[in-house]
Amino acid sequence: MNIIDQVLAGEVRATARLLRDIDDQVESVQSILKALYPHTGRAYVVGFTGSPGVGKSTLVDQLALKYRREDKTVGILAVDPTSPFSGGAILGDRIRMQRHFLDSGVFIRSLATRGHFGGLTRSTNDMINVLDAMGKDVILVETVGVGQDEVEIAHSAHTTIVVTIPGMGDEIQAIKAGIMEIGSIFVVNKADREGSRKTVREIRNLIDLGMRRREENGGWEPLIVETEAVKGRGIEELHQAIEKHKTYLFSNDKGQLDDVLRKRATNQLVETLKDEAFKTIMARLQVRGVTIETLVQKVLEKETDPSSLVQRILGEELR
Amino acid sequence: MKQERRLRILIAKPGLDGHDRGARVIARAFRDAGFEVVYTGCHQTPEQIVSTAIQEDVDMVGLSILSGAHTYSFPRIMELLRENQAQDITVIGGGIFPLEDIPKLKSIGIKEIFEPGAKLQEIIGWVRANVKPRRALTA
Ligand SMILES: Nc1nc2c(ncn2[C@@H]2O[C@H](COP(=O)(O)OP(=O)(O)OP(=O)(O)O)[C@@H](O)[C@H]2O)c(=O)[nH]1
Ligand SMILES: [Mg+2]
Repeated sequence: MNIIDQVLAGEVRATARLLRDIDDQVESVQSILKALYPHTGRAYVVGFTGSPGVGKSTLVDQLALKYRREDKTVGILAVDPTSPFSGGAILGDRIRMQRHFLDSGVFIRSLATRGHFGGLTRSTNDMINVLDAMGKDVILVETVGVGQDEVEIAHSAHTTIVVTIPGMGDEIQAIKAGIMEIGSIFVVNKADREGSRKTVREIRNLIDLGMRRREENGGWEPLIVETEAVKGRGIEELHQAIEKHKTYLFSNDKGQLDDVLRKRATNQLVETLKDEAFKTIMARLQVRGVTIETLVQKVLEKETDPSSLVQRILGEELR
Repeated sequence: MKQERRLRILIAKPGLDGHDRGARVIARAFRDAGFEVVYTGCHQTPEQIVSTAIQEDVDMVGLSILSGAHTYSFPRIMELLRENQAQDITVIGGGIFPLEDIPKLKSIGIKEIFEPGAKLQEIIGWVRANVKPRRALTA
């Protein structure tokens, strides 16, 4: 059996190795992704974002359990940050998901942000497609809520869940531009802690402030759910909220699903184009002994400015 | 701008003792050496460890042991790796082992055993010399 058939048959080792090649940006992976692409589009993708330690992995674990009880198969992609100093990473999200390790209906993959120049969104998109083609019914994606990449990953999901904890209400808007816009559902986890209700109210206010823009965007009013993930409290409500959003997307009278699919396709295309364009140009420069460091040096020494330098490079490379 | 292939390592702790400081120390040292370390916490059964190693496509599994659980778990892990055609994953152990057990462990395919006195740099050096990222599937 070739790799494509193996993935389509849900074989774990083959799929795991293919994901590695995507992660490592092995050139030859493209033809396989191409063959798998027609088999994608079945899975429901739920993205989780939020600051470190708010309980994303614990929530993912609980929701996976819920979906397994409904006999749905689950794929999990859990992203953790790469150390900027060494390039290494500790991928620790699995600690919260141990009960699923022996369930053949759950496939968990940890990955590092790697901090290469973009590309995370692209490889995550590709990995989602592989898990989709592998036959997973639901794909849960946990990202670190710090960089812009993480906001973009929201475009890969049908439902995006922004996770906060009590006391973080006012902060979420300040943390990251765009975070209020991407959330289909806001979770206030660790609701066992003081201030949970207040945080819910603060998020409600932020949502109301943004509602005008939302109406222009099809009118989904984000839901807020309080959870205590370690004890499994509120998971039922969170699951129902996801179902509601799903029903909204699929109620096809306003073309909401088309919007999501269009956004996903746009995102995949744009990310791939950016990534390939960048790589192609850098590879061509490399031939002439020019690296990103060489270019950075020119800017640092004020020999030129970033825009002019890029214009010059494009002028030379794109003819 | 081709991404280099990064070494992926699973640090796992089989057995019942709930204390994983040693495992955490080695996980951090490996991260600082530039490796990607999947860390799964305590109380892992051989079945859980092998399933994780395969799903995560790691090049090496480092098993941290305190309480003599190795006589059961190490052979079982090697057996499960074989059953899953995953013998290409290097397995090493770290912790306290009775001296007479070490040759036995090596004979079942454990590549190296590090005792509590081993320096982190020594372990990292060994990994760099002996474990290479798996060849690309699609290349
Ligand atoms: N009190 C309380 N603690 C919780 C709750 N949910 C999770 N935790 C704890 O919060 C800590 C972090 O949980 P994780 O699920 O690992 O959080 P995370 O957002 O995935 O963390 P990173 O992946 O490191 O960003 C753990 O010690 C959990 O046990 C909760 O509802 N209440
Ligand atoms: Mg996590």
